[in-house]
Amino acid sequence: MKNTITTLLILAVFSIGTIAQEKGSVLIQNATLMTITDGIIENGDVLIVDGVITAIGTDLSAPSGVSVVDGTGKYVMPGIIDAHSHLNTVSTNEARNPVTAEVTMEESINPNSVSIYRALAGGVTSIHLMHGSANVIGGQGETLKLRYGVTQDEMRFDGAKRTIKFALGENPTRVHGQGNGIQPRTRMGVEQIIRSHFDEAIDYRIKREAYLAAKEAYEGDKRGRTAPPVPVAKNLRYDVLNDIIDGEILVHCHSYRADEILMLMRVFNDYGIRNYTFQHANEAFKVAPEIAKNGAYTSVFADWWAYKFEVYYSTAYNATILNENGVTNSINSDSNELIRHLNHEAAKTVRYGETSEADALKMITINPAKQLGIDEMVGSLEIGKQGDVAIWSGHPLSIYSKVEHTYVDGKKYFDLYMDPVDMRIAVDSEDSYTEAGFNTFIQGREEDSCMSDVFELIQQ
Amino acid sequence: MMKSKKWNIVLALLLMGTFTVQAQITGKPNFGKIAIIDATIHTVTEGTIQNGVITLNGEKIEYVGTDHSIVTNDYTIIDATGKHIFPGFMDSGTSLGLVEVNAVPVTVDNREVGNMNPNMLAFTAFNPHSASIPVTRVSGVTHVITAPQGGLVSGQAALMDLWGYSPDSMAIDATAGMVLNWPSAQSRGWGPRNPEQAEKRYKEAVRNLDKWLDNARFYEQMMNEYEADPMGKTKPEKNQQLQAMRALVQGETPLIIAVSGEKDILNAIEWSSHEDNSSLNIIFAGVEEGWRVAEKIAEAGIPCLVSTLYTPVRSYDHIHRPYENPAALMKAGVKVAIMTGEVENVRNLPFNAGYAAAYGMGIEEAIKAVTINPAEIFGISDRLGSLEIGKQANLFISSGDPFEPLSQIEQVFIKGYQIPMDSRHTQLFEEFLDRDATQE
Repeated sequence: MKNTITTLLILAVFSIGTIAQEKGSVLIQNATLMTITDGIIENGDVLIVDGVITAIGTDLSAPSGVSVVDGTGKYVMPGIIDAHSHLNTVSTNEARNPVTAEVTMEESINPNSVSIYRALAGGVTSIHLMHGSANVIGGQGETLKLRYGVTQDEMRFDGAKRTIKFALGENPTRVHGQGNGIQPRTRMGVEQIIRSHFDEAIDYRIKREAYLAAKEAYEGDKRGRTAPPVPVAKNLRYDVLNDIIDGEILVHCHSYRADEILMLMRVFNDYGIRNYTFQHANEAFKVAPEIAKNGAYTSVFADWWAYKFEVYYSTAYNATILNENGVTNSINSDSNELIRHLNHEAAKTVRYGETSEADALKMITINPAKQLGIDEMVGSLEIGKQGDVAIWSGHPLSIYSKVEHTYVDGKKYFDLYMDPVDMRIAVDSEDSYTEAGFNTFIQGREEDSCMSDVFELIQQ
Repeated sequence: MMKSKKWNIVLALLLMGTFTVQAQITGKPNFGKIAIIDATIHTVTEGTIQNGVITLNGEKIEYVGTDHSIVTNDYTIIDATGKHIFPGFMDSGTSLGLVEVNAVPVTVDNREVGNMNPNMLAFTAFNPHSASIPVTRVSGVTHVITAPQGGLVSGQAALMDLWGYSPDSMAIDATAGMVLNWPSAQSRGWGPRNPEQAEKRYKEAVRNLDKWLDNARFYEQMMNEYEADPMGKTKPEKNQQLQAMRALVQGETPLIIAVSGEKDILNAIEWSSHEDNSSLNIIFAGVEEGWRVAEKIAEAGIPCLVSTLYTPVRSYDHIHRPYENPAALMKAGVKVAIMTGEVENVRNLPFNAGYAAAYGMGIEEAIKAVTINPAEIFGISDRLGSLEIGKQANLFISSGDPFEPLSQIEQVFIKGYQIPMDSRHTQLFEEFLDRDATQE
């Protein structure tokens, strides 16, 4: 135990300042390559050198020192990307104000959670770690690579777009209106919270910029003829909202009902906000043409419904309808259980509405990559992209297929055949008395994971 | 006259509109003499038949075999060339029909107030018009155990089929099992944190349970004596709770013990071996740590209802442990049925079984775990669980392996009814796939 702490301390000290990710090289030969963006290549090879895909083809040879993996009979696909996860948050909801744009998941990453390893075992290589849905404007998200065994900072996806969580409907109205007796209590209130905060942010920027200009003039005025300006304090919350308006932050909005999806598109059109994703969006299928017209994205469950009222009139055919209407859709987990088999969740889009297998695979690779602004780097097998891949024992959409190896940046983080039982990095003190998190018989669900830790907070 | 009739219809439609929350809007079933020909028939108990013929007459299976000549003109013929026929799947652990929307408390009828509720019947609260029922049955799941929750004794689970308009017509067994939540002796994050406290609490709960069972046995004996010969005896006062436990102590109604952890499973085995409890017909449910003590469960001869799609219960468990648990139990000699533990997503039963199949159980055994095994565990294998002449006609036609999400479940039959293959999910699909299309 003491050793573990010492090791972690040393790691922490080393990680400050220099963030050097470990990269690897590997040649996978003679496999079926699910490239995602360029069809299926039978008996193909993929070469990853120093974390980057440098060649895709047949009869490739390994540069010296690069290990070779025989992929005969296996399938290689890009690592799965989960656009909605709370996999390893330290905290999820800053549920004390309807708008908390200033908080970030960057400060809430637990790099030691064994859930990371479990997700790798399902072929997942990147996740979008999100704030919860208690607040209308929650906190900023963090896109992570599942480099299990590194520090918080080393898990961050270098070059990923900044993101932020919004939330509409039952969760914010329940937490704030019903729980705290403040707006929003209704979907009317939710809209006004968003509009008024953007308006305040715009006014703040004008005043702040005027103040900064006046301050500069005052400081530059050596003769002292200018009066000192009244300061306008820096406001992190408004700064973030202005960054959204400027297109520097991608909005991922927790939403369920069709009418609230339309509402947000109206609001965003008024403020000139583009490139956003509706998360969960169980009723997005009802307004698929409008979503397509606005160029918005959706990221949905494969089959969750009816656990709360706002998902009662929804359908597992949601993903297929959206896809057929030209909406770029992803299938997400929002669950530490579903993230272990997102391939299976994607396969359900074939069951429900006969989405093509190729499109089903896009929904867990290139489509979520687009939604996170990382599609130039990952999400398909293409030369120049990063070496985040998984080798599957069979077709990735089959229930019988298993992940055999998962690579991030060409480095192997999961190996089915060298897979020890206990994969914890740090022993959680909770384990000594929490013997197990049992399920026992009937479970049922009434929440998405977006509400984790909210009610503990309210009860306090 | 005409006018008022018309208005009655309008009124009826308006009322329907008001109650769409509960409406189970589907078409009409086909029923009578139906022959399905040229499919691969997976009988489960009597092998697999290529190019087979199966005929249904009313509620029952009339013929299973290869003789095409028995299909006379009066049968509705379904050509299932290249398709597969399986017995309808049964989910041994759900709250289907008891809960409509879990987050809306007024629609949640699976959890009564109180610690000892042996007289609460899931059958009573089962809503045959739940929107989740059609969603479930079109996936090939034709039967469920629907169970109450909470307290020490939650009440009695019912075995229901998924076609009909009343609990009465859908119940295979209205008192299929008494649900007991085994009191944990483990210290938990949310329970007692020190082991002594946990042990004390556990012993109190078991003492309470034993006391109830003693009372029930006494009540049973007293009632039996009175019922056998009421002459000259005062009629004993009726007690609903003890009355509900009579079939339990006789061993007629099984005791479904929801139990998860290693230590708790061992305690429950030890408890069940007490002489007083020898008449009980015990089933374990949940049993997430069954793999740790599989031999002991097998020795005790206790069947297990388990699922696969949950996260490993301990942070240091192997990643695939939930998938492998059913196989570990089966290999030790335990009779295993797969369940979901779900409400609105009971349709995922085939996928729970698929993971069990992929991780050690094999397809054939996993099929049994959702057909004949649960039928045997709940004592109704003479009617359900396989494709045999004389059994209830519960079956489905699949385009391929029913555990594969890439396959389609094409037609479901429940007690001979050819079920309309629609549900809220398919209806919304049809309405919204091409939303703005106009009639041509």
